[in-house]
Amino acid sequence: MSECKVLLKHADVPGIETLSVYESCGGYAALKKALLEMTPEAVQKEVLDSGLRGRGGAGFPTGRKWSFLPNDGRPRILVCNADEGEPGTFKDHLLIHRLPHLLVEGMVISAYAIGAKRAYIYLRGEFLQGYELLEEAMREASEKGYLGHHILGTDYDLEIKLYRGAGAYICGEETALLDSLEGRRGIPRMKPPFPATAGLYGLPTVVNNVETLTAVVPILEKGAAWYRTMGTEKSPGTKIFSISGSVQRPGNYEFTLGTPLSEMIETAGGLPPGHTLKAVVPGGASCAYLTEEHLDVPMDYESLQAAGTMLGSGGMIVIDTTHCIVRLTKKAMSFFRHESCGKCTPCREGTLWMDQVLERLEAGRGSEADLDMLTDLSGNIAGRTFCAFGDAAVAMVASSVKYFKEDYLAHFELGGCPLEKEPVL
Amino acid sequence: MTAELRARCEAIRAEYPDAQSALIPILHTLQDAYGHLTDEAVDEAGELMGMTRAAVEGVVSFYTLFKRHPKGKFHIQICDNLSCCMMGSGDIVKHLEERWGIREGEVTDDGLFSVERVECLAACGYAPAGQVNLRYYYRLTPEKIDELIAGLRQGEVASGERV
Repeated sequence: MSECKVLLKHADVPGIETLSVYESCGGYAALKKALLEMTPEAVQKEVLDSGLRGRGGAGFPTGRKWSFLPNDGRPRILVCNADEGEPGTFKDHLLIHRLPHLLVEGMVISAYAIGAKRAYIYLRGEFLQGYELLEEAMREASEKGYLGHHILGTDYDLEIKLYRGAGAYICGEETALLDSLEGRRGIPRMKPPFPATAGLYGLPTVVNNVETLTAVVPILEKGAAWYRTMGTEKSPGTKIFSISGSVQRPGNYEFTLGTPLSEMIETAGGLPPGHTLKAVVPGGASCAYLTEEHLDVPMDYESLQAAGTMLGSGGMIVIDTTHCIVRLTKKAMSFFRHESCGKCTPCREGTLWMDQVLERLEAGRGSEADLDMLTDLSGNIAGRTFCAFGDAAVAMVASSVKYFKEDYLAHFELGGCPLEKEPVL
Repeated sequence: MTAELRARCEAIRAEYPDAQSALIPILHTLQDAYGHLTDEAVDEAGELMGMTRAAVEGVVSFYTLFKRHPKGKFHIQICDNLSCCMMGSGDIVKHLEERWGIREGEVTDDGLFSVERVECLAACGYAPAGQVNLRYYYRLTPEKIDELIAGLRQGEVASGERV
């Protein structure tokens, strides 16, 4: 099978970030079809029928998310979540910097489908060049009548605003993102009410990830039935996997969902010669580890859930035996400690404690009781926080104790790292 | 605040239906103008937004890109998360410190450089990754750092790399 390029089909075409080249590759054909030949309801139905699931990490069916908007006459808002920051994930980075018009086209189609006349792109502050590229793409699209007033001569208007974040992982959580977009600290909101009923400025709002919105373009172009010929029953279509770590050709690769893990690693060049696989983080640092025994696992939402982990954002980190699992797990926990917004005590205090316990274990000053403490703390964070951050924070640690207990034992038997890795900074 | 800067901030404020949304873009604008968010900048943002200093500080302190202390003319961010640390981000930070005397949390005496280890920059496939003034540099090596720093010292612009 190997790669199946749908979203990334034209990613390597020189100048694809410009409107003329994008159009010469068939760009904005889907927009014309949607706006000139279809009703918003028909577009919504196509996306619902395609079975497209949110590509940001949660995997919620996009068409269903759209269907939760109440029909109460209030103005609706579309927000694109471009706050990519899940460790291991760099797919939106590529989409924004190479294919800004694909995102603009996907947003106009999606906003038309849900009846939004205002849309926002919440872009992480570090994507400064991405901001400039999107700004230019939007300017070109407006000039050509693909965006703005009377799009393609219809009576549909859409304004898209770019909004730069300022550095906070939690703003990838959709309600924290909305708070940030309202000019406040990015702290998750109570759900319900969900953004569909009370989102930005209290208005009905849909928040979709960059990749999700770009996937709407080929779905409209070729139809839901075609989209469903790829992937599995519950995970239709293709997905971009960001593959990094111990592979010879790290990068973004697009596969049909359900492609086996081993095939993905091979496509990324496999491990460097003489290296042996230790672990794989399949979908960003919020996911539990997989090991060599999982190499045949089909990479789709349901199979990974069955394997005790998640497809997440598709940020795959391949780890070979020359890297210390305890060190990397500690690294991930330091990240979550740093990024906890501090709203919920189990997360705020728990990540701090777990980070300290892992620091001890990494330095070889821990004991077996510390492993029990990690398990205990994990259980007291997961499921006890406002948002999914708490569950995400403990997934790697809990699975490291499950699969790699020997590595922890070796650390305190030796009084340090058996691989002689320097402690994390 | 210059009249020009004030006019730009007021224009940003007018763009948003709910005024507080303008706070973060205004803070970005003031920081770009002053180099960091000075006490005066925080007060100016508060005055523009009709917010107290405490309310503005509350927002500023939440976001890592907002700095209350001076940065170098070239602020270097080195990603130190999972993939970058596997690919040697620690060596890059060490090299900046040992070869160039650029220490984390400090600004070099000539005011040119400061460095900061940051969380995931969403560039894990091009690890170790970093940024200079928010422009990406990929697959960093000590040699590449040497070239970059030397160039910046000679007046080159940090224009970054394309993915």
